[in-house]
Amino acid sequence: MPGKNEIIHKEDLNSESFRLCVYAPEIVRKHLPGQFVILRVHEDGERIPLSVVGTDSEKGLLDMVVQVAGKTTRLLSGLSRGDSILDVVGPLGRPTGITKVGNVVTVGGGVGIAGVVKITRAFLEEGNTVTGIIGARSRDMVILEREMRAACHTLHVATDDGSAGKKGFVTDILRGLIGDGQPIDEVLTVGPLVMMKAVADLTRPHGIRTVASLNTLMVDGTGMCGCCRCTVDGQMKFACVDGPEFDAHKIDFEELLRRQYMYADLEKTSCETCRIEENLQNGG
Amino acid sequence: MAAKVPRQKMPEQAPGERIGNFDEVPLGFPVLAADREASRCLECKKPPCQEACPIHIDIPAFIRLIKEKKYAEGARKIKEANPLPAVCGRVCPQEGLCEKACVLAKKGEPVAIGSLERFVADEEGRHHDLFIPALPPLRREKIAVVGSGPSGLICAERLRLLGYGVTIFEALHKPGGVLMYGIPEFRLPKGIMQREIEYLKGLGIEIVLDAVVGRTVTIDELMGEAGFSAVYIAIGAGGPIFMGIPGENLNYVYSANELLTRVNLMKAYQFPRTDTPVKLGRRVAVIGGGNTALDAARSALRLGTDKVYLLYRRSRQEMPARLEEVSHAEEEGVDFQFLTAPVAFLGDENGNVKTARCIRMELGQPDASGRRRPVPIKGSEYTIELDSAVMGIGTRANPLLTSATPALTLNKWGYIVVDENHMTSLPGVFAGGDIVTGSATVIEAMATGKLAAASIDAYIQNK
Ligand SMILES: Cc1cc2nc3c(=O)[nH]c(=O)nc-3n(C[C@H](O)[C@H](O)[C@H](O)COP(=O)(O)OP(=O)(O)OC[C@H]3O[C@@H](n4cnc5c(N)ncnc54)[C@H](O)[C@@H]3O)c2cc1C
Ligand SMILES: Cc1cc2nc3c(=O)[nH]c(=O)nc-3n(C[C@H](O)[C@H](O)[C@H](O)COP(=O)(O)OP(=O)(O)OC[C@H]3O[C@@H](n4cnc5c(N)ncnc54)[C@H](O)[C@@H]3O)c2cc1C
Ligand code: FES
Repeated sequence: MPGKNEIIHKEDLNSESFRLCVYAPEIVRKHLPGQFVILRVHEDGERIPLSVVGTDSEKGLLDMVVQVAGKTTRLLSGLSRGDSILDVVGPLGRPTGITKVGNVVTVGGGVGIAGVVKITRAFLEEGNTVTGIIGARSRDMVILEREMRAACHTLHVATDDGSAGKKGFVTDILRGLIGDGQPIDEVLTVGPLVMMKAVADLTRPHGIRTVASLNTLMVDGTGMCGCCRCTVDGQMKFACVDGPEFDAHKIDFEELLRRQYMYADLEKTSCETCRIEENLQNGG
Repeated sequence: MAAKVPRQKMPEQAPGERIGNFDEVPLGFPVLAADREASRCLECKKPPCQEACPIHIDIPAFIRLIKEKKYAEGARKIKEANPLPAVCGRVCPQEGLCEKACVLAKKGEPVAIGSLERFVADEEGRHHDLFIPALPPLRREKIAVVGSGPSGLICAERLRLLGYGVTIFEALHKPGGVLMYGIPEFRLPKGIMQREIEYLKGLGIEIVLDAVVGRTVTIDELMGEAGFSAVYIAIGAGGPIFMGIPGENLNYVYSANELLTRVNLMKAYQFPRTDTPVKLGRRVAVIGGGNTALDAARSALRLGTDKVYLLYRRSRQEMPARLEEVSHAEEEGVDFQFLTAPVAFLGDENGNVKTARCIRMELGQPDASGRRRPVPIKGSEYTIELDSAVMGIGTRANPLLTSATPALTLNKWGYIVVDENHMTSLPGVFAGGDIVTGSATVIEAMATGKLAAASIDAYIQNK
């Protein structure tokens, strides 16, 4: 039997992201669509939140996709099969409200596609007609296309440069669907803040219920620190416990966009220190 | 005769030096000072200090052991009542408890009980003299404790000493609760905390980290398939309170919990050697007057800031913090602005906080807490320039576990309601510490943990 938090499988998806499959039966047992986990890689490491692409309850496996953004995700990328992750906590956050509403569109952008797969499948299994839209910068950045295709009735792909699917943004496709008069009862979106904001702005005038899964900065993920706070319908909410999903039409995206980059300069320092250490270790 | 020896002073790092590091401020009694201080104890027949201690440590007995130079035995004497002497010697508000009751207090100089408690605990630790008492045979029933703060730890220890198998479930990646994530290194070194935890593990208590009860596992599952005979919930009052004033979501406005968690639990003060950053800029305003606010203010001073304001809406007399913290903060140069409260934060175009609009207060009639109520003075608004702000006005119940356990009866503030035996509305499920009383003190949280352990034992024996 694998050890606690042992990496069972690891596979590069493109130059920036990789798939990580970890043995964590206690978390798998309880995980519901929309919930996330928090990882820590070493004794002095940061706690970082990650979505769950899927779970294998028989084998106790947690499937994730990581995009290298800074120090912790880089350290994760350096681990191999057989290594164990120091801490994996979860499942955290409230599960998605999966009900039979009729026609659902799920929209995933960039590494956010990882967060939308399990939700999409759950909407399908609930008996909804599900359309998936996924987008990325270019063909090789489109991840989990096969999994998404299997999780919905129709899948649309968009790339910024047109190297796969339709050239343009996910919102262009969504706008097309709305324009064609396709019935849509609910939209659920996971991805970069600017994208989720664009989705919300697009559906608002049509009165289509829209849910966004927020990826704020977090520390504990249990409602203790308030780092993940955001304003929804004029009220202070904590994304880690009250969310991560909220009514996208009521989220103050401007505020979130400002909060997202609070530590950008320091994260860079952390990463540079990490690189220098690596170079030293490699004798370079 | 004994009373002629003056109360001994504990050596400390000088203020100018200590604001440049996170090392402990009071350095502990040298042996000579401890012996002298111990000699001041009159060994009262009916010791009022023991009566005043919420967990009734046999204070004269452990001090007598110091007099006999049996220091490690002194620590063991305390451990008969309290498994965390190195912690309590450092963080208890002794001035309002044992030392207040000391007969010598009437003459103005009570025995330095806290410092002596710390001394024997450190002596025991220094000599790697960790003594594990003989344990009764393991009973059939096992108990789950949720939360590894002081209340959970003492409850676990008492139950283990009664022969129960005990498993502690802790949400974070380190045990200790506020002692680990809240109280800073310079007041309670984490190495000391580690030592106390090792003692508990030495007793055979199992600690499961990264287990968020309510999410990873539920109370029902613990009482059901996991096979625990009882559960003690000691999850603290870990939710941060914000004031609800404009601008609180601006960048670099922190809750004290966030600042302290980043600094203590995640060791941000060693960034970039560690990975978690914290950013305060040059000028910080900390709001509040309790231990939390003072810990935040003193941490901020040590993080390379130039100016730390402490804005408190009442006056010095009403500050709920320990006396020692207040005077330490003052020596270190925290700028106390009494009778002041922020009414709004204003930021720049990037959403970074830049100023606090404040208003002066005056004290009116006493409120429910018996303290005089602060009343805003019309037209007294003024502005403080700052780069960051820390909200340290208190904490509240965190609803994560309780909302996942709807059968638990809560009061209107979300704290768990218990009966006189510390049992909740769920049979076999007990609760104590801050999640029942609201934010209190380490020793009060321990007192309920200890009583709850006795109630749990009685409940199981009578089943
Ligand atoms: C609920 C949730 C689910 C997530 N799911 C995934 C996932 O499935 N896969 C994945 O790769 N990432 C996911 N993220 C984002 C991931 O947590 C961050 O990329 C990670 O914390 C970066 O850590 P780092 O130390 O490598 O980089 P840092 O050095 O900490 O950051 C690098 C850069 O990324 C920015 N950044 C940091 N945190 C975030 C964030 N939460 N969102 C956007 N930008 C951020 C920083 O400002 C900085 O500019 C998720 C975040 C949340 C809150
Ligand atoms: C910054 C600060 C400084 C303080 N200074 C002092 C002082 O000097 N002297 C003093 O006497 N008191 C002080 N206090 C108050 C004192 O720390 C608390 O009263 C005391 O820690 C309460 O103990 P507790 O065991 O009830 O809870 P806590 O210490 O809060 O511990 C609760 C534990 O439960 C865990 N938990 C929460 N939810 C879950 C869950 N769902 N599943 C699993 N685990 C969970 C938490 O992570 C935490 O580890 C201070 C408080 C703060 C915040
Ligand atoms: S991450 Fe700390 S409260 Fe949400």
